[in-house]
Amino acid sequence: MAFYDGLFDALGLRDWCDQDAVVAPMSMADLLKANQADAIDPNAEAFPFPSLDELHTACGKISQTRDFTTGIEDSFLAARAGLKTVLDPITQPLSLALDSTLYVFETTPWWIIVPLLVAFAWFVSRSKWVTAFVAGSFLFLGAIDHLHVALQTLSIIFVCTGISVLLGVPTGIAMSKSNLLQKSMVPILDLLQTLPTFVYLIPLIFLFSVTESKLYGIAIILYAIVPVIRLTDLGIRLVDKDVLEAADAYGMSASQRMTKVELPLALPNIMAGVNQTIMMSLAMVVIASLVSAPGLGVLVLRGIRNLELGVGLVAGFGIVLLAVILDRTSKAALSRVDKASKQ
Amino acid sequence: MTTTPKVSLRGLYKIFGPRDKEMMQHVAAGMGKPELLEMHRHVLGLQNINVDMQAGEITVVMGLSGSGKSTLIRHLNRLIEPTAGEILLDGVDVTALSPADLRKMRQEKMSMVFQKFALLPHRTVLQNAAMALEVQNVDTATREAEAMKWLHRVGLKGYENRFPSQLSGGMQQRVGIARALTSNSDIMLMDEAFSALDPLIRTDMQNLLLELQKELQKTIVFITHDLDEALKIADHLVILKDGAVVQQGEPQGILLNPADPYIEDFVSDINRARVLRVKSVMTPLHDPSMLDKLKGKTFAGDVAILENLESLIARSEGDTSLHYRVMDGDTPVGELHMRDLVKALVPRVSSTA
Repeated sequence: MAFYDGLFDALGLRDWCDQDAVVAPMSMADLLKANQADAIDPNAEAFPFPSLDELHTACGKISQTRDFTTGIEDSFLAARAGLKTVLDPITQPLSLALDSTLYVFETTPWWIIVPLLVAFAWFVSRSKWVTAFVAGSFLFLGAIDHLHVALQTLSIIFVCTGISVLLGVPTGIAMSKSNLLQKSMVPILDLLQTLPTFVYLIPLIFLFSVTESKLYGIAIILYAIVPVIRLTDLGIRLVDKDVLEAADAYGMSASQRMTKVELPLALPNIMAGVNQTIMMSLAMVVIASLVSAPGLGVLVLRGIRNLELGVGLVAGFGIVLLAVILDRTSKAALSRVDKASKQ
Repeated sequence: MTTTPKVSLRGLYKIFGPRDKEMMQHVAAGMGKPELLEMHRHVLGLQNINVDMQAGEITVVMGLSGSGKSTLIRHLNRLIEPTAGEILLDGVDVTALSPADLRKMRQEKMSMVFQKFALLPHRTVLQNAAMALEVQNVDTATREAEAMKWLHRVGLKGYENRFPSQLSGGMQQRVGIARALTSNSDIMLMDEAFSALDPLIRTDMQNLLLELQKELQKTIVFITHDLDEALKIADHLVILKDGAVVQQGEPQGILLNPADPYIEDFVSDINRARVLRVKSVMTPLHDPSMLDKLKGKTFAGDVAILENLESLIARSEGDTSLHYRVMDGDTPVGELHMRDLVKALVPRVSSTA
């Protein structure tokens, strides 16, 4: 006798309820209950919440909560084939980019790739201190035999940040030009930013095989693209209205206005977005090692799985070191841009 | 004047709000600014503006803040679209131009100088000055030579490679003026161009503008809230109040014959001796035959027709009994008694007071 029997009787729905009622397979809870037949359930509440499960006991027509989660799963599986035929070819270049960059980073001898990366750090930051720090960090990582994995992580970050900027800046520009688009994009960006990072991986595992590198590529990009979109939008919206008026008064076309005025003036903000994007891809690349992303994350995972404390901590420190290198280098580049535009 | 005006505004209205065209019927039926705001939540920005701007003249539009002067100047290059009326530039209706033609018109016929300078902060002074020509796709060498010429002309030699933020306000506005001149347009719109500058620099800039104007004879539309500035540079003065023209004409005429109490209040604080010129207060000879009339009289001296009263008072050493002959070049054109001069210095008391 369920609590809500009386309710369905009173509403005159008893016949509808009993008419070919859904006979769900018995759950473990049900089985336990059945074995303790007639014993008074000590957990029974005087007035239970009318949840789906509770209502189900009174009326067989109402489905259980587990049917709801199975429903989502089933509909996802049904759509999977269609999604896969569309998404697979589109995302194939991502796999290619990730794999080939990884190949280049792994096969280039250390005495070429490390000086190149240090030179790159000098090129973007123009700061002796930052360049020296980058060089020192690489030497240290090499000394403790972590250079190889650190370079794997770095190669994934480079590709994912590059694609995030490539997609994010135009999206941000479009958002700054249309209030409607901005209004509809903001909830999506909020969702991407607040969704727990592991949750990203769940639908992706269904869509792609775990051996494909685009699986983690997509997860990283989805997570890391948000700041560059937001800050491009913000940067362009913050461009001085007087300067825009001057651009119009001298007869600039929309594209001239964008390339000669809006983008240069928004550049400091866009660069701040790129800095954030780099940091967020680093955060995600560690988690992505759960789905076969190579790099320092794999060692952290090994530390957790095998309780190898030292391995996990050293790899974790390596990640911190990478984060500091990337942050200092991109911040130095940002302040250089900032100074140039405020001179 | 019989010449056709360079720019002329005909029955120009601007109503701010989402249903501005519908509101025109209320305004045409005589509804005023406060009523329109209260009953329909639309702001009447400009009402029935009719102004002719002659080629080679400085037309000054003056009014207090909120009087619609900045709105008015932005109609000339259609940074703001009018609700009704015509804007004729050399006889062509600007309001009917297609977007491409409008851009061409902005590039070639009009330039603009802004209150807050509106220079591009990431570009050098030279690149900023050359911007107008860059928009027209003129090659770098040509446009930078032209920009250099005008930067030198406005007194910025040696500053070409600085960035705007390294310059003082006055110098930044010189860049703004150089940018406007580099575009080689006939018409220059100046929106409170000197209002953000401190008084001494402002005077310098006014003198620079007058000096350039003597040489270049551009058609300048100048917006200001400062009457002293307006009187100093205006050939034609338009006074706006609540989006309507209250009085327009030669500045000296407005000063001596204010049309309503609003303008009387406005002009009462002015140093009239410095603004008024002999021409405005003298007793003119109506025709040359009256020249004989002057012959019998004795004069304390000759004064030039464009001399201001201040210098004449200084010359007379305060003696109000003197009598001067007014000369335009070598020909006598009138006479001036110091008593009349002193009378003209007293502002007409507001008729409502």
